Amino acid sequence: MGPSHPATHGTIKFNLKLEGEKVLDCDVEVGYLHRGFDKSCEQATWTQVIPYTDRLNYVSPLINNVGYALAVEKLLGIETPPRCQFIRVAACEISRITDHLTCLGMAASELGAITVGFYLIEAREFLMQLVEDLTGARLTTTYTRIGGVKHDLPYGFAEKVVQTFAKVRRLLGDCDRLLSRNRIFIDRMSGVGVISQETAITYGLTGPILRSTGVNYDVRKTQPYLVYDQLEFEVPLGSKGDNYDRFVCRFLELGQSMRLVEQAFKEMPQGPIGVEDPRIALPEKEKVYNSIEGLMRHFKIIMEGIHVPAGEVYQAVEGGNGELGFYIVSDGGGKPYRIRVRPPCFIGMSAFHEMIKGYMVADIVPTFGMINMIGGECDR
Amino acid sequence: MSANIPYLRERLAGKILDAHALLGDETILIAREEMSGIFRLLKQDPQLEFNFLMDITAVDYLGKREPRFEVVYHLYSLSKNHRLRVKVPVPEGDPVVDSLTPLWKGANWLEREVWDLFGIRFRGHPDLRRILLYEEFQGHPLRKDYPVNRCQPLVPERKVEGTFVDERSGQKLSQLKQKMAPKT
Repeated sequence: MGPSHPATHGTIKFNLKLEGEKVLDCDVEVGYLHRGFDKSCEQATWTQVIPYTDRLNYVSPLINNVGYALAVEKLLGIETPPRCQFIRVAACEISRITDHLTCLGMAASELGAITVGFYLIEAREFLMQLVEDLTGARLTTTYTRIGGVKHDLPYGFAEKVVQTFAKVRRLLGDCDRLLSRNRIFIDRMSGVGVISQETAITYGLTGPILRSTGVNYDVRKTQPYLVYDQLEFEVPLGSKGDNYDRFVCRFLELGQSMRLVEQAFKEMPQGPIGVEDPRIALPEKEKVYNSIEGLMRHFKIIMEGIHVPAGEVYQAVEGGNGELGFYIVSDGGGKPYRIRVRPPCFIGMSAFHEMIKGYMVADIVPTFGMINMIGGECDR
Repeated sequence: MSANIPYLRERLAGKILDAHALLGDETILIAREEMSGIFRLLKQDPQLEFNFLMDITAVDYLGKREPRFEVVYHLYSLSKNHRLRVKVPVPEGDPVVDSLTPLWKGANWLEREVWDLFGIRFRGHPDLRRILLYEEFQGHPLRKDYPVNRCQPLVPERKVEGTFVDERSGQKLSQLKQKMAPKT
């Protein structure tokens, strides 16, 4: 089932062994979108890596930006000011909403519920406009910097978020009424692509796939980063580990993410949006053009990169599909020595053959859709 | 996070080459001969219970350290909520380590990726072949002596069973080449 197939969004190839309609075995071939993220990062300075991280999970780019910035800040040993942390939480959750909307929209439209697909894509459009207002781009956001974020929230952003969420909630309500008790949808998704808790843990699956089997593991709750320990939200859990549970987990997570964003805007303090450390943050333009120290600082940070002390660190954040980990090794210079991304989709795809054995060819489409493999993250 | 390093030093007396907990990440360095036993202990010991193998990767310390490669494993325990990083130094002349596929099934693809990008073999792996790059790729790109802008040789199109390859375009190309060839 070749790399360019209309129902497998993302280039991925399944070599299927079939007996009539039944799948006996499935060998998954990934790597069609391998662009050499690891090697490219070794040639760039620490700040120049941030655009590369946008392109990892390209439906939730802000989560990748934040994860990478957190890992480097852990190596540097600095902590960003509270306002920056709340902004990062809001950005992450908005990105998580776009990720889940894309997954659910595509999965529904591939099963034939094209109306639901269109409604969710329309909801995603509203959120993309929010992301564009915040960062300037829909996909290549490059919003975080080491030690802060690039710029503060635009004027009137909080009100825009409230209006957008009202529209999104209306659309989600429509989709819920169309799908949740729909005979065809439940028949196609329920009991299909089942994976047990032990198998999921052995494969290292995390995120909605693991939570649909009933295991309560969310990095935001177990090892909170940023200000997640001050905010209230729930983690939806499934029980059977089939496609329908994964669908509902993602759907409920949408509601929780919106709740998190609203809380973040309510509790956000005023203040600086980045550390003021002269070795890390770029100076303001007035200082660059009018003082020699500003000019020197600007020159050193841009040309050589921030000097991160030698060491290694692993920072995990909760991505849309599971635990997104960054393992960074530094040799003390301005360029990273080794950056490794722990890609949740790659590990999800490694367990795919377990989920599809014994089911029919037509079941590949919803199972693959609910794993939400994003090519950029799986292959890097 | 609980302090596991003293407990690990006591359980694995003598087998740990180095241990530290810099920046809050507990890390131990072990020898590759003792690998399988140590990982089985890490997974099954009731005080450690590392049931998640989060990640397997490698780092190439060409010119900086003596065993050139280091294979890095990240473990996580769901019940105890602690993490551990295990590093295994691997020399350049004999880049082989034991595979962890009997203990964790997720190690299968992760070890294939390390083989693909670094060239480190895993003894006992059921199906060690390239995963992100194509089979005819030459070299292991994430090694430090692989230059970033190296060009790979062109590979002729592989004939896959059961697929239809249009021969007419190939014939037209060879006829054109014959026509355009300089007359001797």
